[in-house]
Amino acid sequence: MTAGARDVPASGPTPGPGPTPVPGLTPAQTIGPFFAHALPWQDGPFVVPKGVAGAFWIRGRVLDGDGEPVPDAIVETWQADPDGRFDHPDDPRGIASDRSDWFRGFGRCPTDPDGRYRIHTVKPGSVPGANGGDQAPHVDLSIFARGLLDRVVTRLYFPDETAANAADPVLAALAEPVRPTLVAGIAGDGYTFDIRLQGEHETAFFAV
Amino acid sequence: MTRLAVRGYRRDVADVHPPLLWPDYRSTGRRAPSRPLVLLPHSLTELTGPLLGADRVGALDHDLTRQHAGEPLGERIIVHGRVLDGDGRPVPQTLIEVWQANAAGRYAHGGDQHPAPLDPNFTGVGRCLTGADGSYRFVTVKPGAYPWRNHDNAWRPAHIHFSLFGRAFVQRLVTQMYFPGDPLFGQDPIFNSVPERARQRMVAGFDLSQTEPEWALAYRFDLVLRGRDATPMDDR
Repeated sequence: MTAGARDVPASGPTPGPGPTPVPGLTPAQTIGPFFAHALPWQDGPFVVPKGVAGAFWIRGRVLDGDGEPVPDAIVETWQADPDGRFDHPDDPRGIASDRSDWFRGFGRCPTDPDGRYRIHTVKPGSVPGANGGDQAPHVDLSIFARGLLDRVVTRLYFPDETAANAADPVLAALAEPVRPTLVAGIAGDGYTFDIRLQGEHETAFFAV
Repeated sequence: MTRLAVRGYRRDVADVHPPLLWPDYRSTGRRAPSRPLVLLPHSLTELTGPLLGADRVGALDHDLTRQHAGEPLGERIIVHGRVLDGDGRPVPQTLIEVWQANAAGRYAHGGDQHPAPLDPNFTGVGRCLTGADGSYRFVTVKPGAYPWRNHDNAWRPAHIHFSLFGRAFVQRLVTQMYFPGDPLFGQDPIFNSVPERARQRMVAGFDLSQTEPEWALAYRFDLVLRGRDATPMDDR
């Protein structure tokens, strides 16, 4: 498998004996409009299954620069468990063993013709910040769509975590008028979180 | 205060990914964010990610030619390669999802209005996990080019969509694989949205060595996700 016919960019290491030359990073391309038979899963929106104590829905819409719904987007979420831990080898703390059976941490939901998505989850705990300190409970989101040449990334924060949000280093780094775009609203069965790709009240998006 | 020493991931260098606003690709006009992206420091949320396993992959998901009663029409091909990180290390046991048009250039998707025939024996969806050496292999048919309405007489070069998770949120990648020498590259704004020096990384190589005589041609497509920092982020 090492004798690839693939082009190696001129800037890469010299081909020849020894380790396989490392090509540069693969560029992103748009997900396009036709992923619907490939990516959505029956259980996609369920970060946790129905019936888990404390579970709720996050519901929202993806809107374009004209305020029109984006009916061909897919929203993905990634978050810590209620203790702020991740079921991943790079989290040295791990998560409780009885929890890994039902806590996936990951959600995925395509938007419907009205641009709506929904994610069934539980509130994450605080997560250590990149430079120490604790971050407020948050969910990372990726949005993919036709017309987005790369995913866009944002974060959801919870409106009932006022004190933690006020101390969160990521929120603090944002211009004040933009911060509310990352704070969910409260709804009957959980929270609401609209994602405005462009225009007035445009959601804050991150370079990761 | 909790401090955890976890090795970080290097950020992408410039001149790899396309800009979000690319006027030649008209759909970016009302969808690309208008404000600059804010740099997000990498915390555990970004340094971890879903490690989706074999329960997401069916026995025939890697062979798009064997998912129906009959064989799809078209040129049978093998698409294989490795998923590596930016240091050349294999990314093992990571989910790859692919989807594509059929040999006539038509997706098995209700929204595809291109008047080319659907193939009842082709859905055009595949999945697999990479092996311990980061390798993967699909069997499929070569997708056709298809027209779209971006500009006058616009046609997409033949391509296969790839979705990869890697090991961390920051490694997530959705891209497209193209075929060598496609005459449609020059007029495709999606292909050309990528900085010139990185464009050829999206083009598979014809791979005679993996061709199966009397049966199928082969293409090799390696995918490279971000590499990691040398030291735990706590040590910087």
